[in-house]
Amino acid sequence: MRNIIALPLLGLAVILQSAIVSQFSLLAGYADLVLVILAAWALQDGVTTAFHWAFLASIMVGFSSHLPWFIYMAGYFSVVLFALLLQRRVWQAPLLAMFSVTFLGTLVMHLLSYTYLRIVGDPLPFRDTMGLITLPSLLLNLLISIPLYGFMRDIARWVLPSMEKA
Amino acid sequence: MKDLFSRTLQTTIIFLVIGGILALSFGGFFSSVTNRFTGGLVSLQEWFATRYQAIQEFLAAPRDIVSLRTRNTELQKQVSDLQAQVINLQQRVNETEILAALVDFSRTNPESSYKAASVIGRDPSPFLHYIIINRGSNDGIRRGMPVVTSEGLVGRVDAVIADAARVQLITDPASSVNTHLKNANTDAMLIGSITGDISLDLISQDATIQPGDLILTSGLGGGFPPDLIIGQVVNVHKRAAELFQQSTVQPAVDFSRLQIVLVIINFRAVDIAPLVPTTTP
Repeated sequence: MRNIIALPLLGLAVILQSAIVSQFSLLAGYADLVLVILAAWALQDGVTTAFHWAFLASIMVGFSSHLPWFIYMAGYFSVVLFALLLQRRVWQAPLLAMFSVTFLGTLVMHLLSYTYLRIVGDPLPFRDTMGLITLPSLLLNLLISIPLYGFMRDIARWVLPSMEKA
Repeated sequence: MKDLFSRTLQTTIIFLVIGGILALSFGGFFSSVTNRFTGGLVSLQEWFATRYQAIQEFLAAPRDIVSLRTRNTELQKQVSDLQAQVINLQQRVNETEILAALVDFSRTNPESSYKAASVIGRDPSPFLHYIIINRGSNDGIRRGMPVVTSEGLVGRVDAVIADAARVQLITDPASSVNTHLKNANTDAMLIGSITGDISLDLISQDATIQPGDLILTSGLGGGFPPDLIIGQVVNVHKRAAELFQQSTVQPAVDFSRLQIVLVIINFRAVDIAPLVPTTTP
């Protein structure tokens, strides 16, 4: 039942992303708060609702963005998938897993966005997109991933009290 | 009688000696001795005075510290209240300045009806240059309406919900605006980019473009009303091998600091798509 916190938490993340995070740009890129929150949540032990969170997040972000919701859904689902795959392999180094998931998730999300926009006819030069949007966004995502991992660990302990006892 | 005389003489001699010593000392003849003497006295007095003051402070201090701490707390609260007031007033001054500029703009362009809106967000994706405003269909905002500030053109409404709307900026890579260069009396196409820079394309090779030329909307295509200011030409790229000239543009609007915008609500964009000829097999 405590999983219902996903609703206000992701809602707040989308609002912060739109109102504040998008103002702090590096070159033309900025951090993706929702993506990093999803990655941090999916990497927590005992979390079984990561895909539900990804679905909810993609609907919310898709509502406020010009990009369609299914692009976000594909991107966020792949983030959760990466997290679940890496969680079992590098569980002894959670921060390393967090960095890896953030890195791969950002690349996939940007690749999906770029592909969609190219298909609908937006003139986006690949080299400029990589240099001015993807790489700066990647750096910013990696920077915010450390505090957000700690924050989501606390949330997970609250949502899943059994994890704390273990 | 003899005793009395000798005592008087003794007293007189003593007084004379003392008077002499005093006279000599006032005259500076015993300066080294008097300095030592008075120095000792002063040191002694200082010692007593400092001890007395220390004791006095010690006895009076508890009451003063309590009152000072109370006063300090009061002043700190007052300072924080005043700082909050200053921030609030600065914000109001900024908003008032922006609104005054927008009112001036609407007065100088009375042919259009405007609806002011605050910018409350940007598109979550860094690939897109869209803003979100706090006015929607409940306020008469419709898709395609142009959005301006007192400086010039901002973009057009892309999507609307009841209380908010999403605006595509002219800096968006997918944005294209038909423009008119007033000095050169020629038309061109304004396009955005992923960096937020805007540039002119499709400028005729015959046109003479100069840096500083004013760029206005042409009204062609029905997407925007004519004669809205967009910016100025910065530099021109003219190559003989190419069909058209290109130019980089300095926008009139500072897109990174958009706070309040005006939506032109009496303009309806014309969808010319059905009029565009399509190739039939």
